[in-house]
Parts: sequence; C-alpha cells; structure tokens
Amino acid sequence: MRDVVVIGAGMTKFGELWDKSIKDIFVEASLKAIKDSGVDHIDSIYVGAMSSGLFVGQEHLGAILADYLGMNPVPATRVESACASGGAAFRQAYLEVASGASEIVLAGGVEKMNDGADVTEVLATAADQEYEVYQGITFPGLYAMIAKAHMHQYGTTREQLAAVAVKNHRNGSKNKNAQFGFEVTPEQVMKSTMVSDPLRLLDCSPVTDGGAAVIVASMDVAKKLNKNFVRVIASAQASDTIALHSRESFTTLNSVVKAAEKAYRMAGIKPTDLNLCEVHDCFTIAEIVVSEDLGFFEKGKGGEAVLNGLTSIESGKIPINTSGGLKSKGHPVGATGIAQIIELFEQLNGKAGGRQVKNARIGMAQNMGGSGASSVIHILEVK
Amino acid sequence: MITARYHREIPQRYRLEAGKCKKCGFIAFPHRLVCPKCKSQDFETIRLSDEGKILTFTIVRVASDKFSKQTPFAVGIVELKEGVKLTTQIADVDVDKLEIGQKVKIVFRKIQEDGKAGILCYGYKAVLI
Ligand SMILES: [Zn+2]
Repeated sequence: MRDVVVIGAGMTKFGELWDKSIKDIFVEASLKAIKDSGVDHIDSIYVGAMSSGLFVGQEHLGAILADYLGMNPVPATRVESACASGGAAFRQAYLEVASGASEIVLAGGVEKMNDGADVTEVLATAADQEYEVYQGITFPGLYAMIAKAHMHQYGTTREQLAAVAVKNHRNGSKNKNAQFGFEVTPEQVMKSTMVSDPLRLLDCSPVTDGGAAVIVASMDVAKKLNKNFVRVIASAQASDTIALHSRESFTTLNSVVKAAEKAYRMAGIKPTDLNLCEVHDCFTIAEIVVSEDLGFFEKGKGGEAVLNGLTSIESGKIPINTSGGLKSKGHPVGATGIAQIIELFEQLNGKAGGRQVKNARIGMAQNMGGSGASSVIHILEVK
Repeated sequence: MITARYHREIPQRYRLEAGKCKKCGFIAFPHRLVCPKCKSQDFETIRLSDEGKILTFTIVRVASDKFSKQTPFAVGIVELKEGVKLTTQIADVDVDKLEIGQKVKIVFRKIQEDGKAGILCYGYKAVLI
C-alpha cells in the first residue's frame, strides 16, 4: 500500500456546548481542518460517532454532515466502534487513501452528549446489554472492577491512580481546547465523590460535547500543496470479548496488546522509539493498564511509573497524554480518537506550545471502545 | 423498557443453562452457536452449579436512572465451579465488607423494575455463603 499522510487538523473547544447542535460542532471542526490543509475538495468523509441516535436522536450522520458541510454528493459514512469510533474512522480514511481509491479523505469524529440523555445508560450500551448492563453495572463500574483486580494482583495504590489525573490535568491546563483545563491536587482527586469503588469522580473522564477532524491524503497531494505533514506509519486494530467477565485476565487488555504488536511490526519500531503517546484514559486505571500493555512498563508497574513522573512531558521516558487526555481535555466519545491524532499532528509539527515535547518525531495514538473490546492504534512520524 | 425484551424465555438467565462444546469442553455462558476456542458448532446444554467465588467487584454509587434507587449496590465478577464467569449483583451484604475471594451462592431475585407500575425483571444475583 502507498504512503498516507495527515495534512490538516481542526477541532472545536471541548465542553458543554449548549448553543451548538451536533451538525454545528462537526461542521466547525471540519471547516477548520479543510482550511488548515489547504485542499480545495475532498473525495470522501468518514465520521466516528458512538451513539448519536441515543444522545440526540439522529442517525445517518454521514449523510447529514456531508449535506451541512455543503459537500454533496461526496460519499460520507458513519463509523461506530463505541469509544473507538474516532480511531476507527481515521483507519477507514487511511485505508481508503492507502489503497489508492481516494486522494483526499476527511476523517472526523463528533459527539453531542449534553442534550438530556441518561448518559450513564447510553455509554453502557458499549458493554453487553443482557449479561453486564442488565445487572446494573456502569462503565465506571467496569473499570472499577479492573482497578480492584489490578490493585489486588499488583499492589497498585490509590495514590498511583490519582497521579494519572494530576498529570493529565497539568498537561490539559496548557491546552486551550480542554474542557477542564485546570490543575488538580492528589488530595482533591482522593477526596472527590465516590462513583464506583475505588474510582472517584476525578478518576473519570467527563461528559463532553465536541468535534474533531483531520485531512488524510496521499503523499502526492501533500507534496503538491507543499504543506507540513506527518506520515501514518502504522494502523492497527484488534477486538476482544464484549464482556469483561469472559476474559482470562481482568488486568490486561488483550485487544491493546494485539493491536500494539501489529502496529510496532508495521512501523518497524519498538516502544522505546516513541517520543510521546496519547492513550485512552477514560478512567485513571485505563491509562495505567494500557501503558503496560503497550510495552512502556512491565506488567503491574504502570502505577509506580506515573507516580514517579516517567510519563510526564519533561520525563524523557515516555510522555503520555500531553493533550490532557480524555480526563482533562474531555471525552466527546466519537471525537476522541481524532482529537488524539490532532495532538500528535501538532506535537510532531512542533506546534504544541507550552506542552511541546522536545524533538518529538514519532508518536502513537491508542483509542479503545467499551472495556477494551475494540482497540485502534496509529503511529505517526515526521521526517 | 420493552416488555418482550425482558419477559421472553431466557434459559440462561432464569435457569443458569450454558452450552458445553462437545469437542473441546469449553463452556459458553450464555450459549453460543460457535465455540470461540475450537470453532465447533456442536454443543450440549448443561445446568451450571450455583456456587462460586468473587474474582473482582465494585460498589456502584452512581447508577443509570433505572438503578438509581438501589444505590449503593455491589456488582462483581463471580467464577462458578465449572470455571464460567459472570457479572452479577452481590446482594444482602454490607457492601463495605466485601472482599475478593469470598464464596458466594447464586440465587433467583428481582433485578429491576420499570417505574412504579411497570414490569418486574428477574434474574440471578449472588449472596455470600
Ligand atoms: Zn470447543
């Protein structure tokens, strides 16, 4: 397959966007990305959205968004893989350009979560409705059971969980698009309201409205436009059982392990070659588990690593979630995977301002759905 | 809530029935048409034992609207004697005294109700032995 690059990016501010519809949010992000890229047309559109039907009562998103973007008759399709919808949409755009079927594809993601829906119930549809959710379990509850098992098996502590939130809020305080761009202390995290033991409110990513879009193109297009671009050197995806209880281990996310193996092989690199990584920190424990499953730290040592600062921007080891992550930047579910790509695009082009990782050359984005039933990984490189 | 979705015959929910792969012995709960281990499609129906132990758990303090009146309640992953694992509420217990490894028994209980006059939904829960 041929080389594929990202040539432009745009996103809305993440937060409670009461004055904007799902269409407004997507169109705003897309127009910014198109302008940033300098292209005068696009060949097709993929949009990631987890549950527009339940959040705002609107399906058929591909068509409605192409329409409001003024792009008819460009083909447009919605991609759904729960919280990994954005990453999966980006992968479809990547594959379409890599195959030679298209030259310029818009990969976007959007979610409008603040519109009156029972958000806990909508998010729970990413788990097994009949055998998990029927019993009253929630997403914080599923990750809480992962946390409990990780603490039991490896001695991971409450302080270590809190360290994830503290770091990500510190990074997010330097991101103007972040929903909660302020710092928090370990004490604030550990005294916040208990949601599902041992996870507290400040262990959880927030409920967010937001949109994000990138322009994916062939190398030929990028060279003609003479633009800054980053190359996609790996795209990988893997699945696991929908129910957490069906797995042999609750402390390893096998879809992440498998997608990572493929991604590293495709890019021809090792975990230590990465300069930064955006991981799917829907809950603090998720960042710890994923940082182990991606091969940055030995199994069971992820908590210790974050508490010791090995994942901070200044660490030199592996900066994780420089954008603020889902925790501080916000988690408009379908947009999250694209927003991760945007952070890499900015970092690799040296445009991340106060949160810039020095000499960032290779970055990874890890996006996942449910309690890890879907995982999508991309690796981007700047020459 | 859609009545049919909860009141149809669901042998695995009401009788703890599972499918045992005749080729490799894998037990699928709920039943499946394809064995994820050996891909065989040949299963026999078995009744699971009702005893097991808690592998992990949480106490749900913020629930979806449907369950908000029950909070706080415990949900865990329980492993039954046959090695089958399931997600279930752990009932009749001081939630602050739960521990991983505790032995439980599966019982038949009301799980949720659809508002004041709505349908009642039944299924399994675990209680400490
Ligand atoms: Zn089998």
